[in-house]
Amino acid sequence: MLHVKVSDREQISALGSFLTLVLALAAGMVAIGLLFIISGVNPFFAFKKIFSGSFGSLYGFKETITKAIPLILIGGGLAVVFKAKFWNIGAESQLLMGAIFGTWVGLNWGPSLPSPVIVPLMFLAGFLGGALWGLIPAILKLRFSINEVISTLMLNYICAEFLTMLIVGPWKSPKKFGFPYTDDLPDSAILSLLPGSRIHTATLIVAVVAVVVLTIVIYKTRFGYEVRVIGENPDAAKYAGIDFSRTTMLIMVISGGMAGLAGVGEVAGIHHYLSYPDSISSGYGFTAIIVAWLAKLNPIYVIFSGIFFAGILVGGDAIQISLGLPAATVAVFNGTLLIFLIMGDFFTKNKVRILAGERG
Amino acid sequence: MPKPGPLLFFWMCVTMKTIESLEMINISKSFHCVRANDNINVKVSSGEILGLLGENGAGKTTLMNILYGIYQPDAGEIRINGHRISIDSPKASIDHGIGMVHQHFMLVQNHTVIENIALGYAHAPWLFPQKKIRQRVISFSEKFKFDIDPEKKIWQLSAGEQQRVEIIKALINGAGLLILDEPTSVLTPQETRDFFQVLEKMRKDGQMIILISHKLDEIKRLCDRVTVLRKGQVVGHADAGHLDKRTLARMMIGRDVIFSFSREKMPRKEKVLEVADVRVDGDKGYPVVNGISFEVYRNEIFGIAGVSGNGQRELVEAITGLRTVTHGQIRINDIDITNQSARKIHNTGVSHVPEERIRFGIAPNLFIYENAILKQHHQKKFSRRAFLAYGRIKAHTRQLIKDFQVATPSINVQTKNLSGGNIQKLILGREIADKPDLLVASHPTYGLDVGATEYLRNQLLRRRTEGGAVLLVSEDLEEIFELCDRIAVIFQGHFMGILESDDPRIADIGMMMAGTRDLKAGEGADASR
Amino acid sequence: MEEIIISVVQRTLVAGTPLLLGTVGEIISERSGILNLGVEGVMAVGAVTAFIVTHHTGNPWLGLCAAIVAGMLISIVHAFASVSLQSNQVVSGLALTMLGLGLAGLLGKPYVGKPLSIKINAMPIPFLSDIPIVGPVLFNQSPFFYLAILLAIGVWFMLEHTLLGIRIRSAGENPKATETQGVNVSLIRYLSVLTAGGFSAMAGAHLSISYSKSWIEGMTAGRGWIVIALTIFALWNPLRAVFGAFLFGGIFVLQYMLQPLGISPNFLAMLPYLATLLVLLVGGLRDSRRLNAPAMLAEPYRRGER
Repeated sequence: MLHVKVSDREQISALGSFLTLVLALAAGMVAIGLLFIISGVNPFFAFKKIFSGSFGSLYGFKETITKAIPLILIGGGLAVVFKAKFWNIGAESQLLMGAIFGTWVGLNWGPSLPSPVIVPLMFLAGFLGGALWGLIPAILKLRFSINEVISTLMLNYICAEFLTMLIVGPWKSPKKFGFPYTDDLPDSAILSLLPGSRIHTATLIVAVVAVVVLTIVIYKTRFGYEVRVIGENPDAAKYAGIDFSRTTMLIMVISGGMAGLAGVGEVAGIHHYLSYPDSISSGYGFTAIIVAWLAKLNPIYVIFSGIFFAGILVGGDAIQISLGLPAATVAVFNGTLLIFLIMGDFFTKNKVRILAGERG
Repeated sequence: MPKPGPLLFFWMCVTMKTIESLEMINISKSFHCVRANDNINVKVSSGEILGLLGENGAGKTTLMNILYGIYQPDAGEIRINGHRISIDSPKASIDHGIGMVHQHFMLVQNHTVIENIALGYAHAPWLFPQKKIRQRVISFSEKFKFDIDPEKKIWQLSAGEQQRVEIIKALINGAGLLILDEPTSVLTPQETRDFFQVLEKMRKDGQMIILISHKLDEIKRLCDRVTVLRKGQVVGHADAGHLDKRTLARMMIGRDVIFSFSREKMPRKEKVLEVADVRVDGDKGYPVVNGISFEVYRNEIFGIAGVSGNGQRELVEAITGLRTVTHGQIRINDIDITNQSARKIHNTGVSHVPEERIRFGIAPNLFIYENAILKQHHQKKFSRRAFLAYGRIKAHTRQLIKDFQVATPSINVQTKNLSGGNIQKLILGREIADKPDLLVASHPTYGLDVGATEYLRNQLLRRRTEGGAVLLVSEDLEEIFELCDRIAVIFQGHFMGILESDDPRIADIGMMMAGTRDLKAGEGADASR
Repeated sequence: MEEIIISVVQRTLVAGTPLLLGTVGEIISERSGILNLGVEGVMAVGAVTAFIVTHHTGNPWLGLCAAIVAGMLISIVHAFASVSLQSNQVVSGLALTMLGLGLAGLLGKPYVGKPLSIKINAMPIPFLSDIPIVGPVLFNQSPFFYLAILLAIGVWFMLEHTLLGIRIRSAGENPKATETQGVNVSLIRYLSVLTAGGFSAMAGAHLSISYSKSWIEGMTAGRGWIVIALTIFALWNPLRAVFGAFLFGGIFVLQYMLQPLGISPNFLAMLPYLATLLVLLVGGLRDSRRLNAPAMLAEPYRRGER
């Protein structure tokens, strides 16, 4: 009689880890290919389109980078908090808060200030907005023992409604034909783009620099060490005299702030005005969770997983247009891929053997 | 009090699944590279109490967990009444008539006694189980003179009471074989005596019992036969008539245990720790340390003896900054450190070897060199402003593992892969290397093999000789007597007495631990509570 | 005025019905220890399956059954990832949401704009529905409503007063202890997640074959996420969930009605989530033990091996 025996895998080399990832992706692609066949689409054609739409063409690649910017920013921040096992599901709203704060600064101070002044101010305001909003679940957990998964989820909704309140009410622009949009940001506040693309370079640079800095912080500083100990064993952290409260609040400031920066990037770089929550955040806050997880919570790897996932998003858009597949396809795509990645992750941590014979 | 004997017998006949003989043949089991059980052969017969003797890490619990279906052996077989059987889960084990009371209780804290018993009771009814088995539980409880309120939540019960729930759980399924894993580790001496009586009666009534213990006295008192395990292998069997402590001890560790350390009397130096009328609240919100005062000086080891759960853990946490003091003062080298942060207290020269070492002492997935600096990472010698100085940290670690004989292939290994004893050595080394003024050690040798135990105890003595002060909290009386210059006995948050180690009243230590002898109330006083 | 109140109450009960169904299922899952964030996706799958089957067979009850089966099947993904693979439950829950919403959108595309000719209408209960005021409100509702109430009571009873309930709750509080008592924790968790899937699918089916009779992508409109909030608001108690579901439902009904009074509908929409936080806040100030959150919620459990 056959049975499955699962046991802990003690160590895995970086190469092994990477190979498993690639294998999981490949398996996922096979499954998606089958889905394509069922839908009556030639899978090879579809994959070719996805690839050329995301990485294979210059235009596609530029779009991929554009989408990767917020993912890298948010993913980097999430990698830090997740390392401390603080499950921040609220990056969506932290992004929005950043967008709100940044827009306020841009609309009110922008007209009278030159670009080199207003742009950093907007980013600062965005960081502040996201950080403050991110601090709330930290305080709720520290002071009231409220599980952060719940509080961040709730805050997502609260913030979305708040933003909607703003854009249909006090912030509604008279010049937008009755649509609930704010005024456009003044020219000085709009981020310059890489010519021929939608890449807002300022944010891209901020993203990469931030992520590199975070990596150094996590692995080389005392603070980063404390974050890792808290994630590994909160009891040992307490015993070691690590200030749980201070560290938790700081990491949420970082994560919220990073998401806030992404929010400013989206408004000042892409949209130029605030509108409905969904169009501003586009689910980046949730997608970034997967990006961080894929990067094994190492901020520097987030650059790669962010670009990869952005490629999936852009490729998904591409086949939507060229093959006429509904938008929902992309969601199926992502969901399936994620499942195979979860399985792959399992294999990096466990050895599975199929044995013959009696059990026990 | 009605005699439980005849009624017990009746219950046993009616509900017990009698097992005539049980054999474990050539059982082997490995975890990663550690061979926990190596070709073990064990046989028990009906109406017999078999002792399974061995140090921690010898493989006793692993073997019993195989019998109970929690682990599956890599090789070997189990036979009941001569028939080969397969146990692939606890359920199968229970079906075969095997019950186990684990050392660490398997209870759902938030549920009531009844709900916990219903969970594992094979014949629990599907509808309204709490109401329907209530009477049965009360009967069992009365039979053994247990005094359990079935509606109480588990977290409201004492350790001894929780153990009784565990016993009822095991027996209510009609276990023909009862496995007890270190059962007296949480009992007071009086509770232990009651417990022994219960076992005697069970044996008389045909129950088969396997008793896991490392306490020679217990084994000698209760068991018919003993099987001795050492490092995963059977090193011998012995019969009741031929049980001799010295021989057993030798089998257990492979050589004669030196039951006494050389400890010269040292003159007491300056006061290091002063605890003045300290009160501390426990996890449940009410006081568990009720006004304790004492001092510890250099060149001495001060021991706190007592059964777990009498406030010693909370007292240690208060001293090391992990718990709030609600009243009183704590001073180190005459500096008031009451309710200071753990880090500040550590900086004044207090080191702490924690009670549950894996739980509190290390971050298991981090590397050894990362754990070697766990409490000292903020110190100048390991960091350059905000950054960690890995070069210095790694050098320090290499020295540490050499000095404290921590067996590991390299310092780049995840700490969780070390054995319990080596983890403890690492922690001790980390705490001692700083040469702290006050070293607080909580149950430092609990669960360690004899080699590691001896080593650690010597290190504590060495600290004392070098001029440090040591506060030792331990349940192991042997350890307390060997190492301590002065001994305090804690019971329900009070010190029953503080004695020099050569004070003849030490003989009453058992009674002090059980709360029936309070030296502070006057000579020869017997506290009536 | 009276008619307005009756109408509001009636609509509240209708709005709360899918919320209650989803919440009762999620309570089972979370009490067994598994956090299931995939409710939104499973609801969508339930809605689309019920619609499609009803469309082709003309029998909405068959549609309902098919929806339940579909919900359970797709939940296997999350159950497998959470229980067997012990993966991060947040990530696998999100995967399920993506997959569910995507599949629903994909499969439902051909059916957009083609309303059903038959749906499950309100079923008045004889005699009781004739009671003035209370009658039409409580006893002239869709069968889904009655089902939701009955299931809520039934699941409460199951959790508190049956052996199965003790086992489920123990699996969520202390899986190790539960396993050593001979209970198969993995099986319990699998079944709990699948059951939750069935309930969520039922909630979705209500939307497409009772509440309305059409399908459009995104018709779940975030209700799945509200269910997750509700589960906590109800403190994992199905009876409190009844109260909570209709409270939340009421807010959504009143949302736009109160606008002329100067109350922002967005502010009202925030209220359920603020309320959930408040409930937890108050509970956290007192003994958090009384909060009844299953102790090992979202913690993966591995049987046996050291």
